[in-house]
Amino acid sequence: MSKEITGAEIVLKSLAEQGVEVVFGYPGGAVLPIYDTLFKQNSIKHILVRQEGGAIHAAEGYARSTGKTGVVLVTSGPGATNVVTGLTDAMMDSVPIVCITGQVPQHLIGSDAFQECDTTGITRPCTKHNYLVKDVNKLSSVFHEAFTIAQNGRPGPVLIDIPKDVQFASGTYEEKSKIIIPSHRLFEPSPDFEKNKIEEAVELISKAKKPIFYIGGGCINSGPKASKLVREFINIVGSPVTMTLMGLGVVGSSDKNSLGMLGMHGMYEANMAMHECDVMINIGARFDDRVTGRLDAFSPNSKKIHIDIDESNINKTINVDVPIIGDVKQVVEKMIGVWQDKKYKIDTESLKLWWDKINKWKEVDCLNYNNEGKQIKPQYAVQRLYELTKNTKTFITTEVGQHQMWAAQFYKFEEPNRWLTSGGLGTMGYGFPAAIGAQVGHPDALVVDIAGDASILMNIQEMSTAVQYRLPVKIFILNNEYMGMVRQWQELLHGGRYSESYTDSLPDFVKLADSYKAVGLRAKTTDELDDVITQMIETKNTVIADIWVTKEENCFPMIQSGSAHNEMMLSKDQKQDKKSAEKGKILV
Amino acid sequence: MNKSVYDSPDQVSEIKRHILTVLVDNEPGVLARVIGMFSGRGYNIDSLNVAEVSNDENISRITIVTHGTSEVVSQIEKQLLRIVPVHSVTNLDQEGSSVEAEVALVYIYISDTNKKKVYQLCDLYRARKIENENNTTIFEIAGASERVNRFIKEINEITKVEIVRSGPVAISSIQKNEEE
Repeated sequence: MSKEITGAEIVLKSLAEQGVEVVFGYPGGAVLPIYDTLFKQNSIKHILVRQEGGAIHAAEGYARSTGKTGVVLVTSGPGATNVVTGLTDAMMDSVPIVCITGQVPQHLIGSDAFQECDTTGITRPCTKHNYLVKDVNKLSSVFHEAFTIAQNGRPGPVLIDIPKDVQFASGTYEEKSKIIIPSHRLFEPSPDFEKNKIEEAVELISKAKKPIFYIGGGCINSGPKASKLVREFINIVGSPVTMTLMGLGVVGSSDKNSLGMLGMHGMYEANMAMHECDVMINIGARFDDRVTGRLDAFSPNSKKIHIDIDESNINKTINVDVPIIGDVKQVVEKMIGVWQDKKYKIDTESLKLWWDKINKWKEVDCLNYNNEGKQIKPQYAVQRLYELTKNTKTFITTEVGQHQMWAAQFYKFEEPNRWLTSGGLGTMGYGFPAAIGAQVGHPDALVVDIAGDASILMNIQEMSTAVQYRLPVKIFILNNEYMGMVRQWQELLHGGRYSESYTDSLPDFVKLADSYKAVGLRAKTTDELDDVITQMIETKNTVIADIWVTKEENCFPMIQSGSAHNEMMLSKDQKQDKKSAEKGKILV
Repeated sequence: MNKSVYDSPDQVSEIKRHILTVLVDNEPGVLARVIGMFSGRGYNIDSLNVAEVSNDENISRITIVTHGTSEVVSQIEKQLLRIVPVHSVTNLDQEGSSVEAEVALVYIYISDTNKKKVYQLCDLYRARKIENENNTTIFEIAGASERVNRFIKEINEITKVEIVRSGPVAISSIQKNEEE
């Protein structure tokens, strides 16, 4: 019989054995025993946030930038409900998170006790799996299973709810190696079935005349090797490639095959190529509605290959011809193998014609904007930020809205895991705490949150966290005093009635930074911009850079809801036809 | 196809009834996970039945009757498989052949005038009278859902009744080897 330790000690021991270095959290009554144990050890660092919502986004930023699992520790009741947004965000964007919540002692469960809530009930639909641990002896096996589930297959958040009496109770610890997880609880690809499919897919690619690779966040989740293999395969084929918001960085922006991002605010050439291709190779993307536009007009004449680790993504919105269930790096490695074994060669003449066509589309210069005058255009601000940070190891996070799309369009990513944004859920307030998490994971890197003036206020309290831990995170606010994307939709779809999208009484962001003992900078004109950015980068402290940008700039190009890939709006003057505009209005 | 707002309007696949049988770990919350997936994603549950089927392995079998196009039902199956404690999902309609049955208990309000008719009908449907301490007339009928439906319809025409039904359970009738 091995030595008995308390539940709280088992929690810390499990985390240590899982290689956890940092926990993001906020204490409270129902987790005091765990915090007490945390106090007595030195191996795991705790980052105290200012609201639990900040903890989970920080854990997401940490996880996405390092490839490790993010860990969150919060109390019962409001502690648990405050992480629900982050859990949903991590679920949508497939981020591995283990979230530990305290719970009232078991004899009080169901009595509407102080700070009690049905945590497992509330979080069931927004976690991959969750547990209410009632037996201290099961605690270590639950932790080891939770970490495996969070990382296995399509990653996601797992929550462990631990009643306070279980934290105090004594029990035995079981090591990771002793835990056997039944196979049905994990994802396992079926190798035989996929082998035929892989051969079928590669043959299809070899016969393509107008191929396009459509790359998603699954390639990033599969690890850096996956990105390398994807680049290699695309190079062998010589095909154009476009990436989703979540897939930016898998193929470098400067890669000759890259057409940049696709979708609602994607590149004209990328969307046109998707529309006209004859073979589409979807690797780790899920035909999200921001990407597809109108479904019945989505890439009408192509054969579609779909590689995804989550079978439920196959034929969910778009029917595909060759589905392959598996991990990107394994599947693509096999695809390269098949291509080489069979000595496939693509029809170079057709491919050249295809590239000629794409290059014509490129000439449209869809990101072109009017950059006259002294006022800073938001696009220009991001371009300058890119130019002045491109030689530094830089992580970019964003909030949600226009600034997020401009960041995606104008910041050029050359590597995976450098771009952290809330894609699926679209959570305003994600970027700043995510930047804190990324900075914790990469203390020496430059981490910039490209933010909007509205989004940043959603988690501004984390300034205190950033300053406390001397995290030199940079907040780069594209300040137009509007909820820009809301305003843009109101302009395009609701007759310019800017209902509640103007933010009156914004704080003075420079003084705000000052009050947190951080550094506040401001650029009002193009002349000041470069100096402010340079100063921001050189400051070894948390910085808020308040960039005053033109107020009514719109984010183009744009596929309005209800339109197809070949119906892009390139500017304000180009109106959507009335019928699809009316239809699109009800969509999100 | 999912009921996305972006859905293409020309979906013509026929809506059909399907029986899904789901083997799950018998752990707390597993039923909530399964039915939560249905309500959260807007799928239908026509009936649901759950019971432990093996004592040693702690496995329960959930039988769900649903309806939808083949695309929707295929999504349901895949979404069910994502749930961690789910072992397997079988669509019995795609298995080819299966046997289904349900049980109904019927409390029959009986009088001298309808007594004969009631007993005749129960005989015809092989509904079994259940003895109970209050000596009320409660009948049990088991079998395919349509048979139970017909019985209930006919008994309703004779007298007032109260009914409880288990909802169907079903099992594949394909010949299997013992090793499997």
